[in-house]
Amino acid sequence: MSKPIIEINNLSKKYKIGIKQPYFSLRDTVMGFVANPITPFKKKKINKEGLAEDEFWALKEVSLKIMPGESIGIIGFNGAGKTTLLKLISQITPPTLGEIILRGSVASLLEVGTGFHPELSGRENIYLNGAILGMTRSEINKKFIEIVNFAEIEKFLDTPVKRYSSGMYMRLAFAVASHLDSDILLIDEVLAVGDTVFQKKCLGKIEDITGKGRTILFVTHNLQAISRYCQKVALLDKGNLVKFASVGKVVNDYLDYRQKTATKRTWAKLSSSPGDNVVRLREVSLWEDLRPAKDSVDIRSTLRIDINYQVLTSGESLVPSIQLTNQQGIIVFSSNHSVEEWNWKKREKGTYLSSVYIPGNFLSDGNYILRVVIASYSPARKHISQRDVITFCVVDSSEGDTARGGYIGRIDGVVRPLLKWNTKLT
Amino acid sequence: MKDIIITPFSSKKLLDLSEIWRYRELLYIFTWRDIKVRYKQTILGILWVIFQPIVTMAIFTFFFGNLAKISSGGLPYALFSLCGLVYWNFFSGALSHASDSMLTNESIIKKVYIPKIIIPLSSVITGFIDYLINFFLLIFFALSLGYIPQVSGLIIFPLGIILTMISAFGLGLFLSSFNVKYRDVRYILPFFIQILLFITPVIYPLSIVSERNRLIMALNPMTTVVELTRFVFSVNYKIYPHLIIISLLSSLVILMFGLWYFRKTEQFFADVV
Repeated sequence: MSKPIIEINNLSKKYKIGIKQPYFSLRDTVMGFVANPITPFKKKKINKEGLAEDEFWALKEVSLKIMPGESIGIIGFNGAGKTTLLKLISQITPPTLGEIILRGSVASLLEVGTGFHPELSGRENIYLNGAILGMTRSEINKKFIEIVNFAEIEKFLDTPVKRYSSGMYMRLAFAVASHLDSDILLIDEVLAVGDTVFQKKCLGKIEDITGKGRTILFVTHNLQAISRYCQKVALLDKGNLVKFASVGKVVNDYLDYRQKTATKRTWAKLSSSPGDNVVRLREVSLWEDLRPAKDSVDIRSTLRIDINYQVLTSGESLVPSIQLTNQQGIIVFSSNHSVEEWNWKKREKGTYLSSVYIPGNFLSDGNYILRVVIASYSPARKHISQRDVITFCVVDSSEGDTARGGYIGRIDGVVRPLLKWNTKLT
Repeated sequence: MKDIIITPFSSKKLLDLSEIWRYRELLYIFTWRDIKVRYKQTILGILWVIFQPIVTMAIFTFFFGNLAKISSGGLPYALFSLCGLVYWNFFSGALSHASDSMLTNESIIKKVYIPKIIIPLSSVITGFIDYLINFFLLIFFALSLGYIPQVSGLIIFPLGIILTMISAFGLGLFLSSFNVKYRDVRYILPFFIQILLFITPVIYPLSIVSERNRLIMALNPMTTVVELTRFVFSVNYKIYPHLIIISLLSSLVILMFGLWYFRKTEQFFADVV
């Protein structure tokens, strides 16, 4: 039996919390040093997980063996470490611990169109982008016509790409990338963009590639694509590899997994619940027509989300808000409690309950993920910003009285409102 | 193909020439991109490269040569200052582009693996292409004034190019990684380069500086580059051979330091930018 083409042993990657400002200003550093010259030399406190206070494991002790020719799907919630894993394999960033052994050349498609320059023409960008992705000039020459045909941009080859429509841009970018000749191809949700016709074309191309016996790692939220193109799936959660097995097993697990943490979430310990010294989140729950919701809710039902939180410091005016994201990663809406008496009122200490109602016949069917934010406006400050708080699935029962009516095919759209229609003979 | 083993501890050499060689096409294409984009964006295009030193030379000649009457070591002040400017522009252009290069190519660093050293290196090579155009301008200008380069130019010109590239590359490597970590560095940089202009003998000859200060100034490799270039056009131009050695050593130290600092920090660029 041949050796695995990718061998990952106990791979871990540590990151600093606070992605917003990972770099510093020289001025602050110098001033900080003047103000407190000992700090830089102090040893950071390390907790039992090997982390300093402001660090977290983006990936923890992940081990995987991938055989040549396998196509592997990688799934998990946002922040599960999927992209980090691809970044480590493609050598963009080094691991903190562990090792990866690669027995073949790697090309990564973390983003299509990497390095495209708006001032340069389509033709020039093909060469530029190809070179960045690791193709040689002669390889690009050989595939040039194929790339141009796939992208359908013959007429615009000598136009600067800044004049391209976004569709043309995406097509060109994907065309270059998909003509890479590497043993291992890493793809990170590139298919989340473009129109449906183009997405189909991209998926077709990927099918082609998998057919040629190349090894593919494919990060996506699109379970349909996973079950179609991948033999095995790796499920990641908070940096840990939860499961690595055949598609059917893991996809079901993933759905279960979502549902386990589904419609109610409680934080038992106040000190470790999301929030700061002003306010902390205690419990978030979903209700369907006045009853605690099950994992899936009827598309016709009115939903209520209860947010329980504890105010620890008096005197701040707080605005709770929610954000609902669908399974494609699209934010369906954001809503905050911005009217009425609570808006500018300073809160006393105590436990509060804010409820928000989502009307029936409004959301489309599918899975949703809820984010809860509690902020104060002046000065603007987020006290709580918690993603993936609860998840639920909206089901369209197709009984004829929903927006679907009698139609049984696929219905596109982020929302599925039941709208008033009128038809008359004029 | 050899197995690639990725571990936390990169055992990379200070300068992996074989890797750069493997990525030579990328180096070429980055250089080509920078030149192409620059000439597309400016109205004057390639003329801009010549225009800049000519205008600066005219201004310097008027203020420092005619009004302030600064000595020019026997050469006409215009030629004297152009010798300095051609190399100074080469150096400062390469240095400032190299220093900004990591940030301007941020999207690439974050999304694909490339040997990062290629990016500042291509900035320096781009500077070299501009320099070539200016070099012909210098020769043309000197000949039109009746100054014929001596044979020593055959050694001095290439030496000047190498010294300039090594110093700009070394310092650029350091500043480019420093720039990634401390984002306010890019605002200080133009000022820093401006100061460097005055401690390089561009507008004045080294011979008017005291002997002790000359030793200090020789630590700046550009001092030697500029002075030697003038020597090519006039045997009577005074140069100091022992200072050349200092400049050579200093440029090597700058390069080593730049490489070392870059190697130390480059792994984490993708996490930071």
